Amino acid sequence: MGNLDLLLEGFQTALTLENLFYALLGVFLGTAVGVLPGIGPAMTLALLLPITYSVGVDSALIMFAGIYYGGMYGGSTTSILLNTPGESSSVVTAIEGNKMAKKGRAAQALATAAIGSFVAGTIGTALVVLFAPPLASQVVKLGGPSNFALLLLALFAVTAVLGTSRLRGFIALFLGLAIGLVGGQTGQQRLTFGSPLLADGIDIVVVAVAIFAIGEALWVAAHLRRRPLDIIPVGQPWMSREDWGRSWKPWLRGTAFGFPFGAIPAGGAEIPTLLSYATERKLAKHPEEFGKGAIEGVAGPEAANNASAAGTLVPLLAIGLPTTATAAIMLLAIQSYGIETGPQLFTGEPELVWALLASLFIGNTLLLLLNLPLAPLWAKLLQVPRPYLYAGILFFASLGAYSVSFQPFDLGILLVIGLLGLAMRRFGLPVLPLIIGVILGPKLEDQLTTSLQISSGDISTLWSEPVAVIVYVFIAATLVFIVANGLRKPQAEPATDDKEEVSA
Amino acid sequence: MTPTRRTQRPWAILALALAAALTLSACGVTRGDDGEANRRVSMYIPNSPGGGYDLTGRAAARVLEDADISGRFEVTNVIGAGGTVAMQRLLNERGVDDLVMSMGLGVVGATYTNDSSARVSDATPIARLIEDQEALIVPKDSPFKTIDDLVEAWKADPQSVTIGGGSSPGGPDHLFPMQMAKTVGIDPKQVKYIVYDGGGPLTSALLGKKIDVGTSGPSEFEGQIKDGSLRVLAVSGAERLDNIDAPTLKESGVDMTFVNWRGILAPPGISDESRDRLVEMFTEMHQTQGWKDAIKRNGWIDSFATGEEFATFLAEQDKRVETTLKELGLA
Repeated sequence: MGNLDLLLEGFQTALTLENLFYALLGVFLGTAVGVLPGIGPAMTLALLLPITYSVGVDSALIMFAGIYYGGMYGGSTTSILLNTPGESSSVVTAIEGNKMAKKGRAAQALATAAIGSFVAGTIGTALVVLFAPPLASQVVKLGGPSNFALLLLALFAVTAVLGTSRLRGFIALFLGLAIGLVGGQTGQQRLTFGSPLLADGIDIVVVAVAIFAIGEALWVAAHLRRRPLDIIPVGQPWMSREDWGRSWKPWLRGTAFGFPFGAIPAGGAEIPTLLSYATERKLAKHPEEFGKGAIEGVAGPEAANNASAAGTLVPLLAIGLPTTATAAIMLLAIQSYGIETGPQLFTGEPELVWALLASLFIGNTLLLLLNLPLAPLWAKLLQVPRPYLYAGILFFASLGAYSVSFQPFDLGILLVIGLLGLAMRRFGLPVLPLIIGVILGPKLEDQLTTSLQISSGDISTLWSEPVAVIVYVFIAATLVFIVANGLRKPQAEPATDDKEEVSA
Repeated sequence: MTPTRRTQRPWAILALALAAALTLSACGVTRGDDGEANRRVSMYIPNSPGGGYDLTGRAAARVLEDADISGRFEVTNVIGAGGTVAMQRLLNERGVDDLVMSMGLGVVGATYTNDSSARVSDATPIARLIEDQEALIVPKDSPFKTIDDLVEAWKADPQSVTIGGGSSPGGPDHLFPMQMAKTVGIDPKQVKYIVYDGGGPLTSALLGKKIDVGTSGPSEFEGQIKDGSLRVLAVSGAERLDNIDAPTLKESGVDMTFVNWRGILAPPGISDESRDRLVEMFTEMHQTQGWKDAIKRNGWIDSFATGEEFATFLAEQDKRVETTLKELGLA
């Protein structure tokens, strides 16, 4: 195969001074918009589309790819430091990441996120180079039934993180599913109370920011005078040997989750980050640390998140199939140059494709160089006195919720759900299951509807695809294993982490 | 170093990032107005950046600015309920004469499916700009070789043909098969229509043969069509498309035409002068090379119309969409 030669040629194209500049600009802009909640890479690319009129196609694509990867990085920064996830893909990172930050380990959390993203992005891009064409023809075989099964697997996996009080966990999960029902996507207006502003449902970023950031800010405010200030320790600036030892396996596992989910049409970054979190929690040597800032819980999901961004390129480049909003806009950009996208892109425009892939390697390296030295600096942000820090958090949270769709109405939603977040902390309900419900509920319903519509209501369609059958067998086997294990040692679950999740 | 000192740097970077992103999200808002001819105009866009109305609206605004026909445009994406939110807001701005909104067939449908009282025919029509045809797309080895094969199978058992489209009920990809069903004598209620979230998932469903027929604008599928992995049975407009080798529905014996159009509206209650000024502005824009380039680049079809012609068309479309959706019980 001449792929390696082609890749080297790609590096030649990408390493010109001009293209390097666009790559740098891209990763910088991407990091910036990733940091800002609500403004995601998709919107940035859409607003930058006119640039395609004045810049060459390779430069534009190299910059766009930089923004895409950069956005994936940047999202983790606010998640970890401010508990304010910028994108739905970094919601999971906030859970352990912010706990680590509060223990004075923000620098380590940021570093493991940055290195993990680098590792995952690099492996992911290499996989694209090797496997894009053969993989792409397979992913379209996954229909609604397979997607439904995979979502069910995700839901099943995350019930493991319900916390020790099953009742409270389920209450939170069902609250989340209820929020996910809002909207008219099914053709029926549900829980919209006649308001067209609710017809598209409530955006996951608004919910996450409200529950995490607003809920916590209110909680802290309510206790500000009654509790002594717990000073955040300064901590070490770099990752220790132990941190490396605990991070590398989650990075690789996260990559393994993220890449395939990025490549399948109904995938995206949310499901693999959730799956990675649940897996790391199950496999961890110190499960008691989860909910208090376990580094594995940051390393895995962050790797998964970036690997899924790489996976998205498989169907995009190989068969011209965009699987995320960002990919759809990149496709639009390629088309605006009059380039045919589709199965012929690899053969018709090899220079372009390989330059893009090469620039992804370069962009990843740039991101690491940009982010790693910044980690200890970012971490010092938390030394800001608490009233100012929370004022900043509230500002960012509101900005994020507003910029999702530029509706003042969303600020109202933000406050209402923020109050819900406060109440959940007050009554000890874990917040993670709620977020999971909001993410997975609508997707599950969507895939189920599509499958059953196509089969005219015949339920056997749900196990008509091989992937679906494999997933169901896997779920069943795991269930049997859990039940068998539970019978042997009935009091296995230590009742430790509930209290911690309460204040999450 | 004092603690406050140490924190300055990250804040500075944060501020820089913020500034970068704000500049970004505010592209095209600056430049002061100099005189009446160059006064600023606001434009609502009823969907998110990158969507169809956004591409058309921003392309028009850009040409108007570049050719110095108008002043600077302030473009706002008013997102929600398939354009109903923006439509309602436009109607509320009664008498405001420096505001326009890009819209199209999908917005007409959305006002009905979302139970809104906002009607496109209540606004002041300015111009229809472009249109897109719809295509009937099938996978490479589909048993349907011609439109007749499809119609025959469809008539024999409407439920046996699964149709997918990239728009929700009320959108062009949904309205097209419904109106076609009615034309060939099938009850639209019998049509099995699956909503996909845009062109990407629809392509995937077609390539994976999860559905029998896809209805969508053909431009998103150009690569797959050229490559032969997807075929076009027919296109919906009055004339064939240059770049796609497929007959029109009329040629194939299905007596109907259907186009997905986009245009510009202004708020109700503006003076005749203000309306004429806006119409004049877009007429001038339509003649520029910049607009011709934009049309070519995006693969649109020029269907410029203003005044009485557009008003009549708009009213007729409103009625037609209402009828279709009423029959389906969706309005």
